[in-house]
Amino acid sequence: MSARNHVTIEFPAIAQNVEFARVAVACFASQIDSFTMEEIDDIKLIVSEAVSNVVLHGYDSPGGVVRVHTAIDGDVLTITVEDTGRGIADVDQARQPAFTTSPDRMGMGFTIMEALSDQLDVSSRPGAGVQVTMRKAPRMTGSEEHERGA
Amino acid sequence: MRTETRPIGNVLVVRLSGELDLNTAPEFRAAVEEELDARPDINAIFLVLSDVTFIDSSGLGVILGRYKRLRAHGGRLIAVAPSPQVRKVFDLSGLASIIPVRETEDEGWALASGV
Repeated sequence: MSARNHVTIEFPAIAQNVEFARVAVACFASQIDSFTMEEIDDIKLIVSEAVSNVVLHGYDSPGGVVRVHTAIDGDVLTITVEDTGRGIADVDQARQPAFTTSPDRMGMGFTIMEALSDQLDVSSRPGAGVQVTMRKAPRMTGSEEHERGA
Repeated sequence: MRTETRPIGNVLVVRLSGELDLNTAPEFRAAVEEELDARPDINAIFLVLSDVTFIDSSGLGVILGRYKRLRAHGGRLIAVAPSPQVRKVFDLSGLASIIPVRETEDEGWALASGV
């Protein structure tokens, strides 16, 4: 079991930082030994989706900031991606598959986050930003893995 | 990310490598659009994904956008050789039910040539 640990990073909401965010969180998540490579890939993907949402929709004007807080408690990884931008007027609608405001997009970001995390919470108030929290634990715990290998 | 384009007859072969996300999608879009604008005879894109190490929904969106452009003129897009990560995202998003995906380039060419 991993000890408690946490890290917070803040960066401008620009596309160049999406890769940095997902790699940073994946690197931190790998402290939970029993995550498989596939699960680490899933973590990269859900972070990429959450941070891309902020870059695309978070702010009406440049200069906005993304804050990513990630924590380990035992074998549970919690990732919170938040902004202080315009917020989402209707969170339930935004979480629907294929909801998009742009022709060159899939509108599947929240669907992917929901499918690949154990729990997804989205809270928002118009004008007060969005907070997306995702939790993920290894499908197989460290002790189960040890038993399997024994 | 790198995008290599090579027309073969009426087919535009596009080889992508690296990570396709919000930051790199515009580069892919520009490279493909430039070829499609220059060669109106192109009616299919053969998209080779074997060297794509990461894709998210921004990457899928830019592929979907090119598919829509071709479809509007009766053309098509075939995606081949996705890594397990890329295949998973295609399946999760539902894009695999819109765009034909083949595991190998040979299978893709067989589909492209109607064999």
